[in-house]
Amino acid sequence: MKPPIFEYASPLTVAEAVSLLASRNGNAKVISGGQSLMPMLAFRLAAPELLVDLKHLKDLGAIRIGEDGVRLGARVRWCDIESDARLAVSHPLLAEAIKHVAHYQIRNRGTVGGSVAHADPSAEMPGIAMTCDAQMKIVGSAGTRIEAAADFFTGPLQTSLEQDEILTEVHLPAWPAARRWAFLEFARRKGDFAMAGVALYYDLDSGSRITDAHIGAIGVADRPIRLTEAEAVLNGNQMSDKLIAAASAKARQSIDPPSDIHAPGAYRAALVATLLGRGLKKSAA
Amino acid sequence: MKVFNSYIGRPMERVEDLRMVRGRGTYVADVNRPNQLYAVILRSSTAHGIIKSIDSSEALALAGVHHVLTAKDLGNEVPLIPLRLQPLPQLEPFHQPVLADKKVRYVGEPIAVVIAESAAIAEDALERIALEIDPLPAVATRAQAEAKRSVLFEGHGSNVAITWKAFRGDADEAFKTADYVRRETFRVQRHAAMFMEPRGFVAEWDEAAGKLTVWGAAKTAWYNRRTLAAQLGLELEAVDLIEVDVGGGFGSRGEFYPEDYLIPAAARIVGRPVKWTEDRREHIMSANHARDVECDVEFAATRDGRFIGLRGQIWSDIGAYIRTNGSVGPRNVAQYMSGPYCMEHIDLKSSMLTTNKTPCGTYRGPGRYETDFIRERMIDLAAQDLKIDRVELRRRNLVADAQMPYTLASITPYDSSTELDSGDYHAVFDRCLKEFGWEERSKLRGQSIDGYYHGLAIGSFIEGGAAGPKEEVRLVLETDGALSVYMGSSSVGQGLETIMAQIAADAMEIPYEKITILHGSTSYVKDGYGAYHSRSTVMGGSAILLGAEKLKELIQQTAAQRLGCKSEEVVIDGEQASFGGNHIAFAGLSETPLEVEAAFFNKKYTWAYGTQAAHVAVDPGTGHVKVIDVMSVEDVGRMINPLTLHGQAIGSIVQGLGGAFLEHLVYDDEGQLLTGSFADYLMPTASDFPSIRSVTLELKPCPNNPLGAKGAGEGGLIPIGGLMANAVADALSHLNVQPMELPLSPPRIWQLVEEAEAARARA
Repeated sequence: MKPPIFEYASPLTVAEAVSLLASRNGNAKVISGGQSLMPMLAFRLAAPELLVDLKHLKDLGAIRIGEDGVRLGARVRWCDIESDARLAVSHPLLAEAIKHVAHYQIRNRGTVGGSVAHADPSAEMPGIAMTCDAQMKIVGSAGTRIEAAADFFTGPLQTSLEQDEILTEVHLPAWPAARRWAFLEFARRKGDFAMAGVALYYDLDSGSRITDAHIGAIGVADRPIRLTEAEAVLNGNQMSDKLIAAASAKARQSIDPPSDIHAPGAYRAALVATLLGRGLKKSAA
Repeated sequence: MKVFNSYIGRPMERVEDLRMVRGRGTYVADVNRPNQLYAVILRSSTAHGIIKSIDSSEALALAGVHHVLTAKDLGNEVPLIPLRLQPLPQLEPFHQPVLADKKVRYVGEPIAVVIAESAAIAEDALERIALEIDPLPAVATRAQAEAKRSVLFEGHGSNVAITWKAFRGDADEAFKTADYVRRETFRVQRHAAMFMEPRGFVAEWDEAAGKLTVWGAAKTAWYNRRTLAAQLGLELEAVDLIEVDVGGGFGSRGEFYPEDYLIPAAARIVGRPVKWTEDRREHIMSANHARDVECDVEFAATRDGRFIGLRGQIWSDIGAYIRTNGSVGPRNVAQYMSGPYCMEHIDLKSSMLTTNKTPCGTYRGPGRYETDFIRERMIDLAAQDLKIDRVELRRRNLVADAQMPYTLASITPYDSSTELDSGDYHAVFDRCLKEFGWEERSKLRGQSIDGYYHGLAIGSFIEGGAAGPKEEVRLVLETDGALSVYMGSSSVGQGLETIMAQIAADAMEIPYEKITILHGSTSYVKDGYGAYHSRSTVMGGSAILLGAEKLKELIQQTAAQRLGCKSEEVVIDGEQASFGGNHIAFAGLSETPLEVEAAFFNKKYTWAYGTQAAHVAVDPGTGHVKVIDVMSVEDVGRMINPLTLHGQAIGSIVQGLGGAFLEHLVYDDEGQLLTGSFADYLMPTASDFPSIRSVTLELKPCPNNPLGAKGAGEGGLIPIGGLMANAVADALSHLNVQPMELPLSPPRIWQLVEEAEAARARA
C-alpha cells in the first residue's frame, strides 16, 4: 500500500500544467484532490511518472453564477458547493446531489474536475453533468475546446480528454426558477457510491404539461446515462400516478445494468425504476 | 462503621483511556528499533497452483533491498503452524507451512519476504520477483469441494478434512414419532474480524545474548512463544514476546500466523531488527476469515410446541488450511445449536471443507452467531407452521432454573462436554419483552409507514466463557505499599487493566489508584493463556482472588515477626497489619517487596445468557432495512464494571449487524477474492445503526468460580443474524418472505420480495 515512485509538480498556470502533461507522452497524470487517484496509487493500479497537481491554480477554484448558468471551476471542492448558499436557487439539483458525495473528509478535498475527469459511472457529479447537458471546458496544447457531457464520457473511467488536456470548467446551463426536479440515490451505507441514482428535472408549460424532461442515471452503465425513452414518456403529458408508473416501467426496460459483487443488474434496473417513481412524485409535490 | 472497598460493580472509567485519547498509546507501528529494516510479503495471487520457480535476482538488485526470504531458505522442512486448540492428529495433514513451498492454496498465501531499507522499496522489489505458478483448478464452493474439482491435499483424497458429530438422546427414533418436522437449508456468509489497527511485528535478534525479542504479540503470547521457540530451535527463555497496545482483536489478532514466524526468522537471518506492518489489503486476505457455513437441518417439535430435536448436516468452509483454532467454529455450530432451549435429541454433523480460500479461525461468538441464525429462524418458521405465538413458543422451551445444570450435546472427535451452569432464562426473557415494549410495538407489525414495513423479532442466546485450564498471577506488595499485579492474561483492548485493578482493590482492601496491572510480557509470569473465549475476567480475576489470600498470609507472617505475635493473630485492615493496638503500615512493612504467585484452575465453562428483541422497518422497493431498535438483556452472574461491559455489548451488537447486513468476503469460482478493500467489504459505520440498548443483570452468579462472574461482553452479536432475519420476515409477512441466507443485503431482500410477488401472482 505504498505508492510507486513518482515525480510531482504543482504548476502555477494552466499553460504550465498543460506543457508538463505534454512533456511526458501519456505518463503524467493530473491530480486534483486525489480522493480516487491516491488509493489507486497505493494499490499500484496506476503508476504515472509524474503527478501534476492543480492545487495552485486558484482561478479554477471559483463558482461563477450568471445568467447563462453555473460555472464550476475544476478545483471547486464539494464543501465549496455545499457552503455556497446561492446554489439553492441557482442550481438546487446540483446542491442536492452533492450532499450525497462520500463523507465529510472527502468532501473537503474532492473536486469537481477530479470527479468528472475520473468518470466513475456511479459518481454524482458526472451524473449531474450528463443530466444537465453540461458543457466541458478543456484546455490542451492545441488550445481550448468546449465539449458536451454526452460526448465527454466515453466508457468506464474513460473520457475524451487527450493526454495533454485538462478539464478546467464544468458549465451547467441556466436553471429556471419554476423548474421541477429531484435527486435520489440509494447506497448501502451513507457516503458509499450509489448502487443506483436518478437525477431529473423538467419544466411545465402553460397547460401543466411536462416539457424538456431530463432524466439521468448513475451506477447502471459504464458511464452516466440519460434515460431518453423514459423522458419521452413524460414529455407533453401532465403528471399523474399512471404516467409515473409508465415512465418507471420504461426506465427499467430501457437499461441493462451490469452485475457485480454488490448487486445483480436486474436489481439495479428495478432500483432505477423505484427511484425514478419516487423522484417524480417528489418533484410534483 | 467499617467501610469495605467496593470497586467491583462500579462504572469505573478505564485507566487505559487517558493514555489512548492523548495519543500516548503505543501500537506496534509505534515501536521502532535502531537500525531496523522493513519486511513486505509476497503473497500468492493464484488461488491454487504449483510453484515452478521463484527468481529474486532482479529484486535483490534494487538499491536498498537486503534479502528475499523464500521457502528454500528455511532448510529442509518449512515449519508448520500447529493447532493451539483441538490438536487432533487427523488434522495434521492440513497444517499451514509458514511459507508456501511447492504449492499455493489461497490468494494471499505468503510465498516470499522482502527485507529492505523501507516498506516502499520492499514493495517496489516485490514487483520484480519473477514468480512462475502453474495454476490448478480452484475449489471455491461447497459444490466444487464435494465434486473434487481439485483435492487440496492429495494424500487425504477428499476435501472433507474432518466431521464433527454433536449428539444427545436418540434423534432418529424421536424424529420418527414427532408430530412436526421441518427441514430447511441455511447459509451464513464468510466474513471476518476487521479490527481497526491491522497486525504487525517488530523483531530483534541479539546475537551476543542469543536472545530474540518480538513486539506485537497479543491474545496468546505464551503459546506463541512456545511455538516460535520450537520452530527456531531456541530455548523458551531466549524468546520474549511483548504485547503493546492493540486496536482490537475479536478472536483473530494474536493467533499464530505465518508472519509470527517469518518476521522473527527474518530478523535473525539479516541480523538487524525487522518491522512488518500489515496493510488493510493484506489483512483482508491473510488474517483469519470466519463464519462460512451452510446447512441442511431438520427441526422436530410436538403439536403443542415442545421442541424435540435437531438433526442434519452442516458444512463449514475452513479455507485452505486449518490454523491454530480453526475447529472451534465448526464444532460450536453443531454443539451449541440447541442454545438456551431444551432439546432432548440431537444428531448434527459438521464437516470441515478445505477450499482455496483464506483459512478460517474464530471471530467473536465463533459458530454461535451462525448456529443462532439457523436455530432462531427454525423457531420462527415452526411458530408460523404450528400457529403458536413465537414469544410463547420460546417461553415454553427455555431451559428452566430447576433444570440446571443442563447438559449440552456431546461432541466428537475431541470431547468438550459442557453444561449450562445457572440462570433464570425466563426472567431475562420477560425482562427483555418489558424493556423493549413488545406489546406496544406489536401494533406496528406488518404496517407500512412512509413506504417502510415494520417488523419485530425476539431471540435468546447463550454465551460460553472462561476456558481453562488455568491462569497465573504474581502479586507484589511493593515496599512503598503499592500493589503490582503481574498477569498471564492479555489485553486486546477490553479494559483488562481497569477490571483487574477493581478486583485486586477489593480483594486486598487497597485503593484502586495504588494498584498497577502488568501484563504484556512472557517474562512476567511463568505461564499464561491469554485473552480468548471470554476468559480474562473469570480466569485472571479468580487468580487474583487466590493470590490475594496468599499475599495476606505472607503479610501476616512478615508483620507477626515485628509485632511479636502469631501470624493468625495479625489483623489486616486499612493498608496496615495490626496486633494489640500496634499497627504496621503496608508501606515500609518489609525492606524487600513481598511476592506471591497463584494460579486459578478451571475446567467448567461459564454460561452467560440473554434475550434480545429488535424492531426493523423494510423498504421493499430498495431492499433497505432500517434498524429502529435493538434491546439486549443479559445475565452475567456478576458484573465487574458496568461501563466497560455496556460498551462491549453495544460494540458486539454493531459487529453482529455488520454481519447481518453488510460484511461479506466474496470469492469468484476461481478462488479470487473480490472484496479486497473497505470500498467493497462494507463495515458498519456510526450512522448506520444508531439505536441499540443493553441491560445487564446479575440474577444468578456462576457457581464455579470465586467471583461468581461469567464471561461476557463477547456475546451481544450471537443472536443478531437470526434476530434481523426474523424481523425482516415479520415485516414482510404479508408476502411470506423467508430469508434463509445472510447477509440481508438490499438485493437479496429485493429478490425475495420479487419472488414472493411472483408466487402470489401465480396463486
